[in-house]
Amino acid sequence: MAEVKLRKIVKRYDEVEAVRGIDLDIADHEFVVLVGPSGCGKSTTLRMIAGLEDITDGEILIAGDVVNDVPPKDRDIAMVFQNYALYPHMTVFQNMSFGLRLKRYPKAEIKKRVDEAARILDIKELLDRKPKQLSGGQRQRVAMGRAIVRNPKVFLFDEPLSNLDAKLRVQMRTEIKKVHQQVRTTTVYVTHDQVEAMTLADRVVVMNQGNIEQVGTPHQLYHSPRTRFVAGFIGSPAMNFIPCEVEEVSGGLSIRLTNELSFPVPPARAAHYQNHGQNGKLLLGLRPEHITEAGHHLEPGEVPFEANLEVTEPMGMETLVYFPVNGTQVCGRVNPNAGARDGAPLRLAANLNNMHLIDEASGRVI
Amino acid sequence: MSRDRRWALRWSYFFLVLFAIFFLTPPVYMLITSLKTSAEISAATNPWWVYHPTLSNYIELLTSPSFLTYFRNSAVVSVIVVSLTMLISVPAAFALSRMKFWGSATLATGVFLTYLIPETLLFLPLFKMFAVFNEWTDIQLINRWWVLLFVYPTLTVPFATWIMIGYFASIPKELDEAALIDGAGWLQTLTKIFIPVALPGLIAATIFAFTVSWAQFLYPLAFTTSADQLVLPVGIITSLIKGDVFNWGQIMTGALLGAAPPLIIYAFLMDYYIAGLTAGATKG
Repeated sequence: MAEVKLRKIVKRYDEVEAVRGIDLDIADHEFVVLVGPSGCGKSTTLRMIAGLEDITDGEILIAGDVVNDVPPKDRDIAMVFQNYALYPHMTVFQNMSFGLRLKRYPKAEIKKRVDEAARILDIKELLDRKPKQLSGGQRQRVAMGRAIVRNPKVFLFDEPLSNLDAKLRVQMRTEIKKVHQQVRTTTVYVTHDQVEAMTLADRVVVMNQGNIEQVGTPHQLYHSPRTRFVAGFIGSPAMNFIPCEVEEVSGGLSIRLTNELSFPVPPARAAHYQNHGQNGKLLLGLRPEHITEAGHHLEPGEVPFEANLEVTEPMGMETLVYFPVNGTQVCGRVNPNAGARDGAPLRLAANLNNMHLIDEASGRVI
Repeated sequence: MSRDRRWALRWSYFFLVLFAIFFLTPPVYMLITSLKTSAEISAATNPWWVYHPTLSNYIELLTSPSFLTYFRNSAVVSVIVVSLTMLISVPAAFALSRMKFWGSATLATGVFLTYLIPETLLFLPLFKMFAVFNEWTDIQLINRWWVLLFVYPTLTVPFATWIMIGYFASIPKELDEAALIDGAGWLQTLTKIFIPVALPGLIAATIFAFTVSWAQFLYPLAFTTSADQLVLPVGIITSLIKGDVFNWGQIMTGALLGAAPPLIIYAFLMDYYIAGLTAGATKG
C-alpha cells in the first residue's frame, strides 16, 4: 500500500504531446478514476505509472520513491488490462500464481494467497481451468485475482470492463468496489465511462487533451464543475448549455435566453455572479433533472415556462423531453405521468438554484 | 442440405480426388518399382503391376553400409541444423517483433529479403569463400559433411525467423506487458509465455527447417564428394547411378525410405500445427 504522486508529468510522442505536465496526488488506500474521452491521455498516464511507457518529463513517486527509471517488475504494482491478458496456456491457478512463482515464493504461501484471492472473487471452482474455458466475466475476475495475489502497493486498471456486455459491466463494477473495500489497496482506474467513474471513485480525475480539467469527489464534479468540459462530460444525459445574456433588473440579476424567455437568478447565486464582470458570450448550464414539469406550487428558485416539445423519450421511471431554446436543443426530465407528447406544448419549471454560468470563450464555469 | 451446398461439395470432392491422383501417382509408382527386380523393371510388362514382388531392394539398401552412412549423415545434419535454426531464429524473431530498437523494422525486412536469394546464386560465392578460408587458415571446408551445418542455416534461419515474427506479432502486446509487470524478464517472457503460446508457429518453423535440410540437394552436391561425407539425396544419386546404368529399383527404394522421416514427422505434429493455442488469451 502506498501513495502515488505525479509531478509535472509530460509524455511526448515525436510531435504529439499526449500528456502535458500533469500533477496529481493519490493518497494511500484511495480509489482514483481517470476519466475522459479517447485520446485524452488517461491510459498513457496509467501506463507511465506502470512503467510501460517512458516518461518524457516530470517525476512519478510511488511510496515516496521516484520510480521514473525503475522497471515495471520492481515498482510493486499490478495491472488489469482491458482484454484480460491472461496467459492462454496456463490454468487459472498458474495464471494467478505466475508472478509469485517468478519471485520464488514458497509453494504453501502461493497456495494460501491464490486460495484467498479465489475466495474473494468467488472463482475457487475455476482454478484448474484454462482461460478459453471461461466466460468474459470469469476471465476478468481471474485477471483481478492475478493482481490481488501479488498484494502490490498499487492496483492499476486499464478500462477493465469495456469488453463486457452492459449487464455484466454493472455487476463487475460492484464486484470491483467490493474487492477494493476488502483489500484497500491504492487503486488507479482508467475508463471513458463517466458512470463507472462516478460509481467507483473516491476521487475522479477528468482529463482532456493531455491536461487535468478537474479533480474531485463525484459529488463535487457533478454539482460544482469548474469547466464546461467537466460539466458536459459528467452526467447523463449531458448538461444543457444555452446561450444567454445576464441583465440587471431591479435589485437582482436575470438570465435572458430569448426575447420572450428570461429567468430571474436566485439571490444566493446572484450575489456570486455580481462579483464577476460578465463580458463576452455566456452560456447557461442546467442539468436535465433541473428542468422538470411545473408543479402546482413552485419552490424558490424554480421558474415556470412553456416549451414546445419536439421529441419525448419514455425511459420508464422518467421521460426525457427535448425542445428548442434560442437555437439549442434542450433536454429535460419529467415524470412519465406528466403528459409529455411529441409535438405538444408542456409547462416546465427550471430550477435555477442549480444553474451554472459559463464563459464561452474560456470554457470556465463562473 | 441445400442444392447449392450439395453441388459445392460434389465439386470439392471432384477436385480433391483429381489432386490426390495427381500427387499420389509418383509415390505409388515409386512403391511399385521398388518391389520389382531389375529384370522385371526392364521387361516389357505392365509397369503398373508387380508380377513377382520382392523385398530384395529394401534388404540390399538397409544392409548396405554406404546407404546407412548417408542416412546417418542426413539425420545428424538435419537434427543439428533444425536445433541451430530454432536457437537462432526464435530469439531473433522475438527481438525483432517485440524489442523495438533502432532499425528493427528494416532488419526484419532484410531477414526476409535474404531468403529470397536462391541457393543456386549462392553456392559459387560460398565455394570461393571456402577456398579463400582454406588459403588463410589451412582448414579444409570442402568435402566435409559438417560444413553443411553452417551452410543450411543460411536458408532455414531467415525463413524460420520470418514465420516466427509473424506468430509473435499475433500475440497481444498486453500479454508481454502483463508478464513484465508480473516480474518476468525478456528471457522469461520468451520462454514462459511466447514459446508456449506460439507453439504452433514454432512447430511450423521446425517442420520447415527439417524439410529444407533433409531434402537439400544442391549444396551437398557441390560441397561434398567422398562417399562417407554424403547425405541421402546426393548419396542415392551418386552411388546408384553408375555411368548410364540406372539401378531404378534401389533408387526408388532409397527415395521412399528417404521420404519416410518427414512424413512421420508431419503425421505426428499435424495436430499441433492446426491447434489454435492462442484462443482465450484475450477477449474472444
